[in-house]
Amino acid sequence: MNDIANFDDPLLIAEGWKNEGRDVALATVIETWGSAPRPVGSHLVIDGEGNFHGSVSGGCVEGAVITEAMDVIGSGNSRMLEFGVADETAWRVGLSCGGRIRVYVEKVA
Amino acid sequence: MRIETLKQLNEAKRARRAAILVTDLATSEDRLALEGETLAGVSPDTLTKAFLSGKSGLVEDEGRSFFLNVHVPPPRIVVIGAVHISQALAAMAPAAGFDLEIIDPRTAFATPERFSGVKLTADWPEDVLKDNPLDAFTALVAVTHDPKIDDYPLVSALKTGCFYIGALGSRKTHAKRVERLKEAGCTDAQIARISAPIGLDIGASTPGEIAVAILGDIIQALRKRAIGAGT
Repeated sequence: MNDIANFDDPLLIAEGWKNEGRDVALATVIETWGSAPRPVGSHLVIDGEGNFHGSVSGGCVEGAVITEAMDVIGSGNSRMLEFGVADETAWRVGLSCGGRIRVYVEKVA
Repeated sequence: MRIETLKQLNEAKRARRAAILVTDLATSEDRLALEGETLAGVSPDTLTKAFLSGKSGLVEDEGRSFFLNVHVPPPRIVVIGAVHISQALAAMAPAAGFDLEIIDPRTAFATPERFSGVKLTADWPEDVLKDNPLDAFTALVAVTHDPKIDDYPLVSALKTGCFYIGALGSRKTHAKRVERLKEAGCTDAQIARISAPIGLDIGASTPGEIAVAILGDIIQALRKRAIGAGT
């Protein structure tokens, strides 16, 4: 009932993981076109080992976002990702729903 | 994202305060604006619109591109009185995105049979609100007609700044209520915030129609609230 006690909140998990001394990256949906499964503002939190929580799509592009997030953790540089049917990666990791999304990935430092 | 900003944001969410995380996409710089605050480089209008709509998105301000992630606490409705209107309101509120709970110490009214699936507490408001206080993202709806039950939560709602406060009763009943609230230390400006007669003036007649009028009134109060520095 109380969202404050929502331990599934990726932002709370990100803070908790940082407190444990883990490397953490945060991915955020910043733009969507067409039928995107997760709304703008949705988060996926990833640690240096590839553990993750939350989602930026219905599960279609999470694998690719996690791989990119590991690079972002390594370099410290934020990155903008785009997924969708128009993208050449669509065959591999495209959104099955036909929508397009832009995802911002940054390191929590 | 800086860990300090993340901690501030989580703290605001914990305290049920509205906040916007503003990220400059060119520099990765992130800043937090609490409702009523301003940020250099971002127009107050932009922040106000985002707080009112609750929608996250990209904005362009003076040639810079920002991402605004808007965190507004889930609004809730606390109803004082397990009456017929409350039954209708409890059915409608979730569809409009509100959590709802009902408090009524009269056990004859507050029966699970009449409020299946609704959070219902058969206890005095002063006892219930002690553990679960009202706040700026709570609407208080007092519909028992009984000053012994309604008055305490009304005073509490005025003091905590609930975004909506409504009280059922005729103009005559309300005039007497105003006198009691003044004696309890409420100012005229505070008392003027009470919607009484309760609900939008749509000529509502049945309990279901009155519930619609109240819910419309609540939505208007939430979506048109004064944002402070941004307005």
